[in-house]
Amino acid sequence: MSEPIIRLENIEKHFGNVIALNGVSFDVRPGECHCLLGDNGAGKSTFIKTMSGVHRPTRGTITFEGRPMSFASPREAMEAGIATVFQDLAMIPLMSVARNFFMGREPTLGWGPTKRFDVEKANAITMAEMRRMGINLRGPDQAVGTLSGGERQTVAIARAVHFGAKVLILDEPTSALGVRQTANVLATIDKVRSQGVGVVFISHNVRHALAVGDRFTVLNRGKTLGTAKRGEITSEQLQDLMAGGQELAQLESTLGGTV
Amino acid sequence: MTDTSGSPSADERIKAEPLFARLMKRPELGAIAGLVLVTVFFLATASDAMFSLSGILNFLSPAAQLGILAIAAALLMIGGEFDLSIGSMVAFAGMIFGALVVNLGLPLIVAVPLTLLFAAGIGAANGAIVLRTGLPSFIVTLAGLFMLRGLSLVGLKWLTGGSTQLRGIREAVGDDFLAPLFSGDAFGGLFAWLAASGLIESFDNGAAKVPGIPVEILWFIGLALAATWVLLRTPAGNWIFAAGGDANAASNSGVPVRKVKIALFMLTAACAALLAIMQVMDAGSTDARRGFQKEFEAIIAAVIGGCLLTGGYGSAIGAFFGSVIFGMVVIGLTYTDFDQDWFQVFLGGMLLLAVIFNNAIRKRVTGER
Ligand SMILES: Nc1ncnc2c1ncn2[C@@H]1O[C@H](COP(=O)(O)OP(=O)(O)OP(=O)(O)O)[C@@H](O)[C@H]1O
Ligand SMILES: [Mg+2]
Repeated sequence: MSEPIIRLENIEKHFGNVIALNGVSFDVRPGECHCLLGDNGAGKSTFIKTMSGVHRPTRGTITFEGRPMSFASPREAMEAGIATVFQDLAMIPLMSVARNFFMGREPTLGWGPTKRFDVEKANAITMAEMRRMGINLRGPDQAVGTLSGGERQTVAIARAVHFGAKVLILDEPTSALGVRQTANVLATIDKVRSQGVGVVFISHNVRHALAVGDRFTVLNRGKTLGTAKRGEITSEQLQDLMAGGQELAQLESTLGGTV
Repeated sequence: MTDTSGSPSADERIKAEPLFARLMKRPELGAIAGLVLVTVFFLATASDAMFSLSGILNFLSPAAQLGILAIAAALLMIGGEFDLSIGSMVAFAGMIFGALVVNLGLPLIVAVPLTLLFAAGIGAANGAIVLRTGLPSFIVTLAGLFMLRGLSLVGLKWLTGGSTQLRGIREAVGDDFLAPLFSGDAFGGLFAWLAASGLIESFDNGAAKVPGIPVEILWFIGLALAATWVLLRTPAGNWIFAAGGDANAASNSGVPVRKVKIALFMLTAACAALLAIMQVMDAGSTDARRGFQKEFEAIIAAVIGGCLLTGGYGSAIGAFFGSVIFGMVVIGLTYTDFDQDWFQVFLGGMLLLAVIFNNAIRKRVTGER
């Protein structure tokens, strides 16, 4: 198999006296979808934030394309080709959809003092990318604050897909989406993967994970419980691992196997 | 993937948006409405002299002096921060400039950049403290307000041996070739020609009653245009809106939030210094009381211009109109029978109205209920 694009080894992250991550190792290869699973508070978001330059790990090493790397800011990670859909989406409600879409990466026209934000291009790309995700925007100048939760999430996904040249990180991207949009997102993951992008996909939904995942890593209380390849693990086993193996079997019986 | 594409205008869930509703969403709308109101008021109550050419320049001049501060303050507010020290900065930078020109005898080409750089350095320090500590800029720069005012007093006394005024600036500057950029009137030749051809009023001896346009008005207009261009048409403008809208989200999206904010603090301080240079050269002396309470007037003009106190929203052209309203009222009252001191009442009333209005606009834009 090909070399990983990004490899993180023994990552630890402490917030004051809180140990959010306690030695997590993880890698993503080009053209695969690596699912990161785990209970609430397991440390998934914290972990992907060390990958996208938001947090610096307290301990551990990051290797990007074979070289040791330490991203000083999300901007650096982005320039390296890593795009992220954060759980909180990182959108500015008062700004228009197009301005949010290109925030920090505005297309420009001209040079020197006449170098300017190419608003037309930004608007056109935003509308096109949103339509591709199955959302018809009212207009590119609509403020993000007026979008529905799912529409907002779709803008964030479309933005990351547009900019995720090498690694695309999706932190629970489908939590607010409708059936059609979820199918669209999963299909999009499949498409960018076939173009050689490495995808990191965080989800609480085992069916979504199994639908697109090539490998599955389960986090629990800041540690890796293990990594399994597609076909090596059943949906039930995965679900047990995700819940930290606790009492899910019992719960499941009371709920009549609907979880 | 089924694609229900179609032009957005064909969407059956969108009511056609009338021009009026579109205008309602522009941040500067309130300031323009206010300007119309104030103009109508003075057209009705003030003597005709107010809206003659010299009358207009008469109120645009203080408007410009405030506006140079207000436009910078507006950019900083959109970027999510305040600077309460700009009024004191006018006095402090005035002192620095005075000392460079009078005590050190430097020419303007050295003294002006040095003064601007010095002020920008203090702005950068303010910004660094705000970002490093995470404290509200309101409180950090409030400390600056007192420190810079105090330093101006102490410094001037030290420089002059006991006075809080430093004189002799006009003599020291003399006919420096850069002086016309910062003092006096521009387009003198044009105005003389207009007077000679009878297009504008002239005195009996043929000299124009209005010798030219005070340079601060040109700076004011230039700054408003440049700031509007940057805000609406450059990546940096997008970063300013983003940094003020949600610093964390902006930073996670790759906006260099710290750099943006520090640059804005530097710009605001440098604009205060620019105003100081112009005032000092005009008056021929620098005084520790210069710029007193201008920080509040600048912030009020920015708010009248549509800036939200919470950041992320506003306009430079709005601050421009906000400043013009200010100048109009301060000077306009002298053309009426009203007591000058109504100005303060007006100030408070305008601020209150603007804040209520802006709040409503914000809810419209974000669809908040
Ligand atoms: N900035 C922070 N300061 C202190 N503690 C933090 C911080 N960020 C995260 N934590 C803690 O780290 C742990 C892991 O949080 P994280 O957000 O990574 O969980 P998660 O796996 O993404 O959960 P969820 O599924 O609910 O999104 C939590 O216990 C959280 O309280
Ligand atoms: Mg999370």
